[in-house]
Amino acid sequence: MSARAEGPRGQRHSAGAQLVLRVLQQLPPYRWTQARLVKWGVTGRSAVIAIPYFWLLLFFLIPFLIVLKIAFAQQLNDSPPYSALFELIDGGRSQGWILDAKLYLRGFISLFTEDLYWQAYVNSVKISFISTICCLLVGYPIAYAIARSTTTWRNILLMMVILPFWTSFLLRVYAWIGILKNNGLINNFLMWTGLIDEPIVMLQTDFAIYVGIVYSYLPFMILPLYSNLEKMDLTLLEAAADLGCKPIKAFLKVTLPLSLPGVIAGSMLVFIPVIGEFVIPELLGPSDTLMIGKQLWRVFFTGRDWPMAAAVAVALLLFLVVPIVLLQRAQGAELKGAHR
Amino acid sequence: MNNRITAFRLSALIFGFAFLYIPILSLIFYSFNKSRLVTVWGGFSTEWYGKLFQNEQILNAAWLSLKIAAINATGAMILGTLAGMALARFGKFKGRTLFSAMTTAPLVMPEVITGLSLLMMFVAMEQILHWPQGRGVTTVTIAHMTLTMAYVTVIVQSRLSTLDDSLEEAAMDLGARPAKTFFLITLPIIAPALISGWLLAFTISLDDLVIASFVSGPGSSTLPMVIFSKVRLGVSPDINALASIMVLLVTVGVVIAGFLMARQEKRKVRDMQMAAASGGN
Repeated sequence: MSARAEGPRGQRHSAGAQLVLRVLQQLPPYRWTQARLVKWGVTGRSAVIAIPYFWLLLFFLIPFLIVLKIAFAQQLNDSPPYSALFELIDGGRSQGWILDAKLYLRGFISLFTEDLYWQAYVNSVKISFISTICCLLVGYPIAYAIARSTTTWRNILLMMVILPFWTSFLLRVYAWIGILKNNGLINNFLMWTGLIDEPIVMLQTDFAIYVGIVYSYLPFMILPLYSNLEKMDLTLLEAAADLGCKPIKAFLKVTLPLSLPGVIAGSMLVFIPVIGEFVIPELLGPSDTLMIGKQLWRVFFTGRDWPMAAAVAVALLLFLVVPIVLLQRAQGAELKGAHR
Repeated sequence: MNNRITAFRLSALIFGFAFLYIPILSLIFYSFNKSRLVTVWGGFSTEWYGKLFQNEQILNAAWLSLKIAAINATGAMILGTLAGMALARFGKFKGRTLFSAMTTAPLVMPEVITGLSLLMMFVAMEQILHWPQGRGVTTVTIAHMTLTMAYVTVIVQSRLSTLDDSLEEAAMDLGARPAKTFFLITLPIIAPALISGWLLAFTISLDDLVIASFVSGPGSSTLPMVIFSKVRLGVSPDINALASIMVLLVTVGVVIAGFLMARQEKRKVRDMQMAAASGGN
């Protein structure tokens, strides 16, 4: 597309607008700008790519580089509360200009030497791993049941899975406080039936964290699984049955392996964000839960230690590279499958 | 054998949806509870709704969040559509791999990392460019746009990749410029995807606590930040009332949107049938 300012609905411009446009197009600056833009290779196509590209570079990629930079800085009692890495010093006539670089490794060394941090990492991975498995165990039957329903039901059920996702995440986590606490819904019910005399302590335990995570992230597991299972060729199962395969065995030998890309995509969609989860352990877990998201929050907001928080973030990011690559591959496989 | 499978599917659905919906229903139920203790029933009452509408702090925060969410959703829709177009229609271009990675990574990136990195970016920008001055509505909006444009991109891209591009090619063959083709052909077809993208961007922004906490400044507390500071201290009945109102609004919105889309889909099917019938004659 050329850089001419022809409106999207060319002919439908009002007469006045057309006149203004005509006049503008005759003016030298317009032609000059147009010629320049074309010469620099600015076309509609490149603008469509460049605008979001530039935005993401500026607000997504470069910020990570800045985090990396600040991770090597020194904490200062200043605004901003970190030191500059490079300084240009005038060394006078004998030495000339000196580029003085100081990299403080304190943050990264603390990650390894202070138990607090690596325990938080290990614990985050553990909680994330277990809750991903739980999500899979809860989500797979639901996704399977939806995918094998009639078309009308399928759409209704799918909407019902998505609907809670549209209501506030924070309020849905909050709802579990009322359910799990000592005089909450579950304990009240169990004591009313006489099954227990003393309330079971559930809030502020690891159990509450798992329930909260599985509950909040279930749609992320169900949706990719569903879209995979829905695409499956059901004649394969018929063929298996014809060849004398029992349904359970057919499920294990045919359905499950075929749904593997969906399983990976769903698992990664749960596993990756849960590692850095802050809200759920903060509201439902014990006050001393060690999770890396909570740790980062505390170091940043309570300790006001920007370099340490940045180091924690860098380490977490490095850790997430492998699962993110796995996710991209699984999604690529799904897209290719869709085109076939 | 078949009965057993059906029974299994049915119980999976019943238990699954009970798990998804009981917490929300319990929130609504207890919002009508007279007792301050939330989960101890003390009779029916709507007093917490009245109290909610007198709470200046919550009302101000809600208004601020709605404003941010609306601006964010519009910006994210535009950026996400451009990115989705580039990925679905432009084939290979320089830096495509990085571009597609950057559009999917925000979806799964833990919010604490996104929030922290954007805050450090804003601080560095303020030092060098003297913009943005301090942190507040602008920074929260930019941060939310970066996050939510990724969702719009995915929606638009997947809609475009299932869409046959022969209509667009026909328009171009007939001499329409690419921009004209986009506004007259592509845009009307992908409009439902754009609307769901806008709504998704809107709700994500309205709901975000972590990123907003990092990049907002004094005096610009969003609704989730106010809710969080209250909820941290335990359950409180006016939050239940607030939650019920939000659930009601969302349900009405989603049902209306679903209804409109279903109607449009039906009309499309009917049009296609009529076109096929007249073509056959």
